[in-house]
Amino acid sequence: MAQLNSLCFTFIILCGTVGAVFEDQVGKFDWRQQYLGKVRFSHFDTYMQSSKKILLATEKNVFAAVNTRTGDLFWRHVDKSGPEGNIDALLQHGQDAVVVVGNGRLLRSWEINIGALNWEILLDSGSFQAACLIGQQDNVKHVAVLKKTVISLHYLSNGHQKWIENLPESENVDYQTLYSGGNGEVYILGVVPHSHMAIVVYSAEDGEIIKQISVDAPWLSNIPSSCAVVGNGMLICVDPTAESLYMLDLHEESQFTQIPFQSLGYEVSPDFHPVLVSTQPNQARQPLSEFFLQLGHEHYLLLLLSNGQIVTLRDFKPAMLVSFATAGEKTVAAVMSPKNKTACSLNLYNAETGRRLLDTTLIFNLDPNGGQPEKLYVQAFLKKDDAVGYRVMVQTEDHTLTFLQQPGRVMWTREEALSDVVTMEMVDLPLTGTQAELEGEFGKKADGLLAMVMKRLSSQLILLQAWISHLWKLFYDARKPRSQVKNEVTIENLSRDEFNLQKMMVMVTASGKLFGIDSKTGSILWKHYLENIPSNAAFKLMVQRTTAHFPHPPQCTLLIKDKDTGLATLHVFNPIFGKKSHVSPPALPQPILQSFLLPLMDQDYAKVLLLVDDQYKVTAFPSTKNVLQQLQETASSIFFYLVDASQGRLSGYRLRTDLSTVLIWEVFVPTEVQKIVTIKGKRPNEHVHSQGRVMGDRSVLYKYLNPNLLAVVTESTDLHQERSFVGIMLIDGVTGRIIHEAVQRKARGPVHVVHSENWVVYEYWSTKSRRNEFSVIELYEGMELYNSTTFSSLDRPFAPQVLQQSYIFPSSISAVEATLTEKGITSRHLLIGLPSGGILSLPKMFLDPRRPEIISEQSREENLIPYAPELLIRTEWFINYNQTVSRVRGIYTAPSGLESTCLVVAYGLDIYQTRVYPSKQFDVLKDDYDYMLISSVLFALFFATMISKRLAEVKLLNRAWR
Amino acid sequence: MARLLRLNFAVVSSILLIACTDFVFCNNGRRVGDSMETEFSGFSVPLEHSYEVDDAARFQVRGSLVVKAGREPSASLIQNQLSEEDRTKLREVAAVDGLYRIRVPRVFLQAERQTDRQLDGHLTAFVRACAMVESHLSDVITLHSDVSGNLIGVSIVTIPGACSGAEVEDEVDLEVFNTTLSIMAPVTAPGPETALFLERMEQESEKKGKNPQEQKSFFAKYWYLILGGAIFLMATNSAQPPAGGAREQS
Repeated sequence: MAQLNSLCFTFIILCGTVGAVFEDQVGKFDWRQQYLGKVRFSHFDTYMQSSKKILLATEKNVFAAVNTRTGDLFWRHVDKSGPEGNIDALLQHGQDAVVVVGNGRLLRSWEINIGALNWEILLDSGSFQAACLIGQQDNVKHVAVLKKTVISLHYLSNGHQKWIENLPESENVDYQTLYSGGNGEVYILGVVPHSHMAIVVYSAEDGEIIKQISVDAPWLSNIPSSCAVVGNGMLICVDPTAESLYMLDLHEESQFTQIPFQSLGYEVSPDFHPVLVSTQPNQARQPLSEFFLQLGHEHYLLLLLSNGQIVTLRDFKPAMLVSFATAGEKTVAAVMSPKNKTACSLNLYNAETGRRLLDTTLIFNLDPNGGQPEKLYVQAFLKKDDAVGYRVMVQTEDHTLTFLQQPGRVMWTREEALSDVVTMEMVDLPLTGTQAELEGEFGKKADGLLAMVMKRLSSQLILLQAWISHLWKLFYDARKPRSQVKNEVTIENLSRDEFNLQKMMVMVTASGKLFGIDSKTGSILWKHYLENIPSNAAFKLMVQRTTAHFPHPPQCTLLIKDKDTGLATLHVFNPIFGKKSHVSPPALPQPILQSFLLPLMDQDYAKVLLLVDDQYKVTAFPSTKNVLQQLQETASSIFFYLVDASQGRLSGYRLRTDLSTVLIWEVFVPTEVQKIVTIKGKRPNEHVHSQGRVMGDRSVLYKYLNPNLLAVVTESTDLHQERSFVGIMLIDGVTGRIIHEAVQRKARGPVHVVHSENWVVYEYWSTKSRRNEFSVIELYEGMELYNSTTFSSLDRPFAPQVLQQSYIFPSSISAVEATLTEKGITSRHLLIGLPSGGILSLPKMFLDPRRPEIISEQSREENLIPYAPELLIRTEWFINYNQTVSRVRGIYTAPSGLESTCLVVAYGLDIYQTRVYPSKQFDVLKDDYDYMLISSVLFALFFATMISKRLAEVKLLNRAWR
Repeated sequence: MARLLRLNFAVVSSILLIACTDFVFCNNGRRVGDSMETEFSGFSVPLEHSYEVDDAARFQVRGSLVVKAGREPSASLIQNQLSEEDRTKLREVAAVDGLYRIRVPRVFLQAERQTDRQLDGHLTAFVRACAMVESHLSDVITLHSDVSGNLIGVSIVTIPGACSGAEVEDEVDLEVFNTTLSIMAPVTAPGPETALFLERMEQESEKKGKNPQEQKSFFAKYWYLILGGAIFLMATNSAQPPAGGAREQS
């Protein structure tokens, strides 16, 4: 019976936490955006004239096909992240795309229409150099892969290896590139630096060496960056030091002939490495004789090689980008040149003559909030009258792809910077104009009775007017068919909704581009590209002023820090409109060690940001007189901590009234034993509703709610599986007191930590049992509170009680975060991003160190789930149902105006936004709530009472008469 | 090699060092020197304190910590008395809400030789000077060590910890330290408890086994239903005249 009881009990508990979406709710509260990353290789599908596909291989190891009409994905394949899934080369032939992956580890062929895998083969080890399609008599049947020491030829149809040969003298010669002119020969070009160039010619048929030449070239070091094959097997190289071109006929055993740039009549810009651009439209034929030579940042030459002579066809200056494109038999050159400050113009030129084609101008308007164009991809096609038409895809510095067609219409843009979101914040939207007006009335200082009355009346009038116009709009919209009513969100009509469910997502990406995204629809409302961001920058986004302080605009501050030098800059902006604020941030000449927001506000309601430099001096922003005065008053209660993970030193400082600091505590974690991996504090906007937990015997166990508590996670330097450990230390950030110190033996990172309320949850890899485990630490003050009114780190002499329990988790995880609600009444869930792409909402109830091993009457009273060592993954806990989120790197949670609802954003390669209801929607009526039934019952009851009252009166009267 | 040995030793000893906290009360107002070797393989390190009106660090010797190294390290404290001058200064610092700081050098508790023990740098902690005064110099000092026996942190709290502004009699209360000293090693965090759970499951299944009512198989439980269903099916089949069959014949 007890067994049955406990079963029923768990069943009831589990039922309580089920929160799946209904089929008709799909996409109602959530959205997903899929991204690719910065494009590395791109091919237009030229196999069919009507095809609308572009193949993209990116630096995020993604291979995808994008619809050129809409910019949507046809299909996408996400490979392993890191060098293992790195896409080295992309070759396309007909319906097949051949991809070399992971430094020449794998050779894959994809069917480009549906994105199916044709075949995949494992290549021999060796670092990848080059790959190329090999054609013979107008037929491309093979693909050649050149590695450091071997060359192999594979059939395009099934990937089988035709032959593999070791390269001669591979220990001396650095083989770098491959060339095939379609005559059944494979040329391999290698170089011995400062000495000579080695050319080996293989027969594509059987892999025999036909020829082996060595040519003196002491000036050559890197072939792919300085050479190109042009025309009938002529190798052309540039030598910037000698300021000349070198030419070599690969078919003959000869020497390089030198052609100085002066003989062409041009000069190279100083400090510029000239670049050659050639084109081979058909792999089974020779490259064209025309090629581009870039002589400066904005200087290109279109050259023609004829009979061993180089002729200039056209000089392009200024020209930003050039590209060849082929349509049918015609090859054209597209040249992008600056038009004015905000626009560029593109023109097509006949490649053979260098003549400009008529009516081919295309205007590309530069986004003032974007970067400069970086790459140009041209899709040329033949029109009905045999003229050449074209579309272009422009890639800019901020990783944006813009697809244009004549005369400059933008068909779509893809913001690929969003594939690498570093940090984000959610900001409340401002009130509508009328609401703001009302708010403003109370904000201002009172100026007389009459004026106030007038103001009140006027604002009431405005409200009335707004209400009438709203009614009119409703009436007007109701007459229209539903499909025509559009609720498009633009930056003009942004306003807070009733329950504050719609917010502005401010996202910071690694490329330095900032985005403002509407959380309801996912549309990008503003973007801003920050130039000159160092490649190894660390970002920290802080909300200094929220929208609550009308008429002061909200204000966000982004701290951008160069990780090597420590030098930092501040970017202050309005998070609703993305505009740079007119407030000038302080100059920071010293490296910054620490930054933090204080709860202090200046007279304009901006929170004070303190920056600590390497001289332990503090800079305040804003630094008005008011702020400095407040700082002086409160200096003795402002403490901060610094962490130097390289020395294992944690130290605490106290602010002095002159904004200098004094060292007050120091903790050393010896780096020989363990290294500090992460430090997690609590979120400042977190509310804890209940101070304690009611036990089975009606007594209260009080939580240890220390807002200054830090969870410091360390990993052992000894990685042997028997001796490795993960350490967790709970340190008070004010006093430096070590509250608790525990080691998880035979464990290894990566460790994911969540720190909230009175608990810390961390996940690690157990080397002994070879599985992922979760551990939870909870801190309690005991049965009575030490000081129930305020919490002060300086006055808590007794150490808290520490409870800990661990569980097995059946999957590895990529990110973890806890839900957050307005008042903290709703129970907490952990949101866990899994590598499989699911986002799991695991009730915190399952991670509770008080789960009893033996069930007692009291534990049942307390609703504790009996201990089970394994945490199960239940499919209905996935909040993103079938919407896979690839490579989740972070999860952000924000409270909404409804206590039951928490907004969740998961970001990684994709971005997914949804709402979760950890305790179900206890404060919301259901969608299908029967208003009609309830009101009709109410009315019926009302009338029934009226009638019965009347009847009773009549009856009384009659009785009185009797 | 020596290093490896040391590490091994450290691991072995630290396993035995789980949550060993030794409380030593020491309140002997003896004057002691900076450092002294004790007879039982212990060694001593200075405990210094600093309290200045301008919060600058001017550390002076407060006493010496005698640490008994080994598998279960323990420590005792020999402290000096506060002089008249010190007491006045402490009260002055307390009046301006200054800090009372202590520090100990970083040491390695399990080293064999004296030279291996000392690492450069100090571990520092603080309390408010007023708390020190109002608690009549009764403080709790905890030394925290890591897995291999390095001292990583020190903490000090006074009991009671609050500064309520209570008056303190000078001579009697601010002369002698009343210190509780302990060494804390990290606790080993528990792993998932599978053994106990399995045991419980077994017990439950045994319980189930004892109950013959629940042990019955599916067929044993519902034989009558299945039989009834089968009979019903047969009956309906035979009752229906084979119309299709008739057509076949024709």
